[in-house]
Amino acid sequence: MSSEPMLRVENLTKRFPGALALDAVDFSLKAGEVHALLGENGAGKSTLIKCLTGAYRRDSGEIVLDGQPVDPRDTFDAQKLGIGTVYQEVNLLPNLTVAENLFMGRQPLRFGMVDTRSMNRDARQMLAQYGLEIDVARELSAYSVAVQQIVAIARAVDLSGKVLILDEPTASLDAHEVRMVFDIVRSLREKGLGIIFITHFLDQVFEISDRLTVLRNGRLVGTRAIAETERLDLVTMMLGHELSQETREHAAERGGKPETRFRFRGFGRARSIAPFDLDIGRGEVVGMAGLLGSGRTETAEVIFGIRPHDSGSAEMDGAPLALTSPRKAIAAGIGFCPEDRKTDGIVGDLSVRENIILALQARRGWARPLSAREQNTLADRFIKALDIRTSDREKPIKLLSGGNQQKAILARWLATEPQLLILDEPTRGIDVGAHAEIIRLIEDLCAEGMSLLVISSELEELVAYARRIVVLRDRAHVTELGGAEIDTDSIVRAIAADAGTEIGT
Amino acid sequence: MLFKSALAGATMLASAVLGTSVASATTVGFSQIGSESGWRAAETTVTKKEAEKRGIDLKFADAQQKQENQIKAIRSFIAQGVDAILVAPVVETGWDSVLEEAKDAEIPVILLDRTIKASDDLYLTAVTSDQVHEGKVAGNWLVEAVGNKDCNIVELQGTTGSSPAIARKKGFEEAIAGSENLEIIRSQTGDFTRTKGKEVMESFLKAEDGGKNICALYAHNDDMALGAIQAIKEAGLKPGEDILVVSIDAVPDIFKALAAGEANATVELTPNMAGPAFDILEAYLADGTTPEKWIQTESKLFTQADDPMAVYEEKKDLGY
Amino acid sequence: MNAETLGAVRRFLPQIVALFAILAINTAVFPGFLDITVQNDRFYGSLIDILNRGAPVALLAIGMTLVIATKGIDLSVGAVMAICGAVAASGVAGGGSVAMAVTTALVVGVACGAWNGMLVAMLGIQPIVATLILMVAGRGIAQLITEGVILTFNNEGLAFFGSGSIFALPVPVLLWIGMGVLVAFVVRRTALGLLIEAIGVNRRAATLSGVNSHVLLITVYMISGLCAAIAGVIAAADIRGADANNAGLWLELDAILAVVIGGTSLLGGRFTLLGSLIGAMIIQSINTGILSSGFPPEFNLIIKAVIILLILVIQSPALRTFVVFWRGPKEEVFDKEQSAP
Repeated sequence: MSSEPMLRVENLTKRFPGALALDAVDFSLKAGEVHALLGENGAGKSTLIKCLTGAYRRDSGEIVLDGQPVDPRDTFDAQKLGIGTVYQEVNLLPNLTVAENLFMGRQPLRFGMVDTRSMNRDARQMLAQYGLEIDVARELSAYSVAVQQIVAIARAVDLSGKVLILDEPTASLDAHEVRMVFDIVRSLREKGLGIIFITHFLDQVFEISDRLTVLRNGRLVGTRAIAETERLDLVTMMLGHELSQETREHAAERGGKPETRFRFRGFGRARSIAPFDLDIGRGEVVGMAGLLGSGRTETAEVIFGIRPHDSGSAEMDGAPLALTSPRKAIAAGIGFCPEDRKTDGIVGDLSVRENIILALQARRGWARPLSAREQNTLADRFIKALDIRTSDREKPIKLLSGGNQQKAILARWLATEPQLLILDEPTRGIDVGAHAEIIRLIEDLCAEGMSLLVISSELEELVAYARRIVVLRDRAHVTELGGAEIDTDSIVRAIAADAGTEIGT
Repeated sequence: MLFKSALAGATMLASAVLGTSVASATTVGFSQIGSESGWRAAETTVTKKEAEKRGIDLKFADAQQKQENQIKAIRSFIAQGVDAILVAPVVETGWDSVLEEAKDAEIPVILLDRTIKASDDLYLTAVTSDQVHEGKVAGNWLVEAVGNKDCNIVELQGTTGSSPAIARKKGFEEAIAGSENLEIIRSQTGDFTRTKGKEVMESFLKAEDGGKNICALYAHNDDMALGAIQAIKEAGLKPGEDILVVSIDAVPDIFKALAAGEANATVELTPNMAGPAFDILEAYLADGTTPEKWIQTESKLFTQADDPMAVYEEKKDLGY
Repeated sequence: MNAETLGAVRRFLPQIVALFAILAINTAVFPGFLDITVQNDRFYGSLIDILNRGAPVALLAIGMTLVIATKGIDLSVGAVMAICGAVAASGVAGGGSVAMAVTTALVVGVACGAWNGMLVAMLGIQPIVATLILMVAGRGIAQLITEGVILTFNNEGLAFFGSGSIFALPVPVLLWIGMGVLVAFVVRRTALGLLIEAIGVNRRAATLSGVNSHVLLITVYMISGLCAAIAGVIAAADIRGADANNAGLWLELDAILAVVIGGTSLLGGRFTLLGSLIGAMIIQSINTGILSSGFPPEFNLIIKAVIILLILVIQSPALRTFVVFWRGPKEEVFDKEQSAP
């Protein structure tokens, strides 16, 4: 590892009308290091990246690559200089083959035609360096997001070769897939690439990074070596204040056994989730843990009627429930905050107000509209109660940050005053501050008597608020942990039992 | 496709069986384009009537606007050994090989209503109207009706660029060219439809001092004229008196307007193309009389004086 | 209220400017364009012609706006016009009462819409394909009803819908304005508009929130069918005959254009009925202007295309962003850039 940085950013300033997005930020990247770039949403991470890749033109400051001042005009220019980027949502073409994606725009030609055979051969060789042996002639969409991510990395490295920017590459991957991607990142580091790594997962920062840089409100907070940084320091740098001790209290230790409100018996759906028994009490939080694809989301979807159950029964307070469609589930007092906010949650072009009242209005039917005053009152109440940060309630929800969108979706369901609220990964892709607020909110809700079913990959989070935890594996409920059994170690053990795969903590 | 040809085959079989009952009758195959307009439907009806009148056994095939269907029908007529074939060709080109086959089988072919681009020894003759002539007949009528008065004419053209629109405009302009007192002051397309005819006439009326400046309307077809007549009425003028109305086609509805005094004249595009064709055919089959290569049908002028209601009764069941 | 009106004017400024510009050009080319007189107890003039002749497209645009708001499209409206016109005409030609004939036509139109809606909502067929079926088959159905001829009738009662007048205004004008007000009232005073927009922006998210998207989609296509039926009755009544071949021919495209000019995105979501109606009037002003101008008909389509191209370019977001940028910083630009991926 040479000590002279290969990429140096000095005094970088980017001004948008009405806001200073980056204020004299310094940053440096050495060859052969993984440098984590951290900060809450709006801290200036993306702006910095976009200035580096030419998507934005900087207002002032210097970018020096290998000792030469550079000024990328656009992403192609940046690629030519050696700076490549891989985004969270893979920006390749899913209906082209893997090989075509790798060589798009520079296919090997033979007699003026694309030489598919040699292209496929080159593609196989390229991916073999990453330990990936797949059929490169198949469509990209046939492979998992992790494989697509690796293909995107391979393409970016092949095109650029000096600096690789990974913008939340692990956000939609499960633990095993994260490991695959990290192995590749490590091997690229050994080859001498400089890697900028953006993520929300602090664990991953400590696992893979050499140094980290924290931005806050467009300013540089500091750059540290990982070895010298404590987790608490890092959170403090990001938030600007110390976290209160809110995640240390175990919900399981509170109160006696609550009365059962919802009772599912033999509930399931072929090829989605094996029949399961589940009781949820009043004011109780039941957690669901398992790897991606273990049947957590499927459980939620079967209960909410998105995939109607084909076996078993459900009852509330002893009365049978017909949960065959979302509308019927909602009528029965159930709400569902889906994992994929963008496609299943927000109605992007509509305002925050309209998004908040949507489920309540849908339940009332089109002919019984909420008056403008009722709508405004509801929206304002929840914007205040959940601290949804928006300039006003008429702002299109797509302009809000992920955490605030999530809070608005929560508000949408709280407005319907549900008996049972299902939350699928409520804190995924959300900055640390909002994260803590949502956890606090979950605790408040169950204190008010609402039943909650929470799916999360953040085991510590589950431990913090769940009274009982259902562990899933291979599309079946396998164990239920309660009381003193609840801690991350036992959850991991339960998930890993018999599975034969190694699980990262 | 298979279904359709099977159906056509069945129809043919049925007519062939029926045909045997009329002994020694002349058998003629007729490949019609389809029934895209009222006039075309009338042509089919008249052809069948004319055949019946002469004791000709007519084998009818509807091509549904497709040349391939017409070629198929002609081949099947040849295979059946008909005495002659009538074709209303849907397009102008691509007929050479199938007409060669008919020629080799020594079956005369007569083109109805439209011509083709092919060597003229491939068919006996073509019976069509002369659309330039139709325009001329309409123009001549107007020249005579107006006399020495000054007359501003508005013209409702057919679909821009279509051959009847071009020909009917040309013929009319030639007819009035010699009369200084007649002048076309406005000319717009009404797309051969009633709706557009009415809409365009409305704008003419607005543009020409509420219609006071207009002496006559020339429409390239009766439908546009019928739309325009309503526009004139709604503008508070009397069509047929305040504004003379002359058009082409002679569809049944225009005769009602003639009878009501709301239209003044129409030039017939006769649906009876088969009558002259059968006359020629009979002569040819009897003693080999070779006709001219082009037989022009009559472009008959009808006015209010021609007992329009009687003509209407005659025409209304022809399928217009 | 005043602020609201001002807001509406500002929102539709490009459309209103385009409309007035076209009217000004028309007046320049043909000085009598703006004259309105009273003739036969009804208003008479080119402006009235625009309102009157624009009725079918305006009516179709009302239904089309709602359909497009759900991220759909209804290509069948022109053919449905032909069917419903034929139904009404054959009703009175067969000796039936006007009320019966018109009611049957409207019911048939709604049924056509329900058919489209079911293909889209239940079978999940793409709207452009689902409505293409009826677009193609519809004219055939209409021809079956009219038996291939222009079915003329002499019923003053039915003709009233095309050429009658109430308070000196042509009936078609009253019909499209009335229908526009009614539909706007229903969608904006109930939650229908919001739910339609939610479906159009993100159908999955809306369904997961409990929006009954099947029923709403079918309803929206039924409204479109109803609008097409009224337009079809007007078109038949106007010429006192049902012309299965030509009634409503290509009007679906004019209706879509009216919606786009009016400012509703083809991608669905936010919609504006008022904008679409202004759009319909812009299109008809161009048509009527061309007819009044006395240019040779060979130029009709070119002139229309150039004017519409100009309007769409002026309204394009790229140009707007450019103008805002050029005028100086504004918050909107910041928001847009932030939300860009």
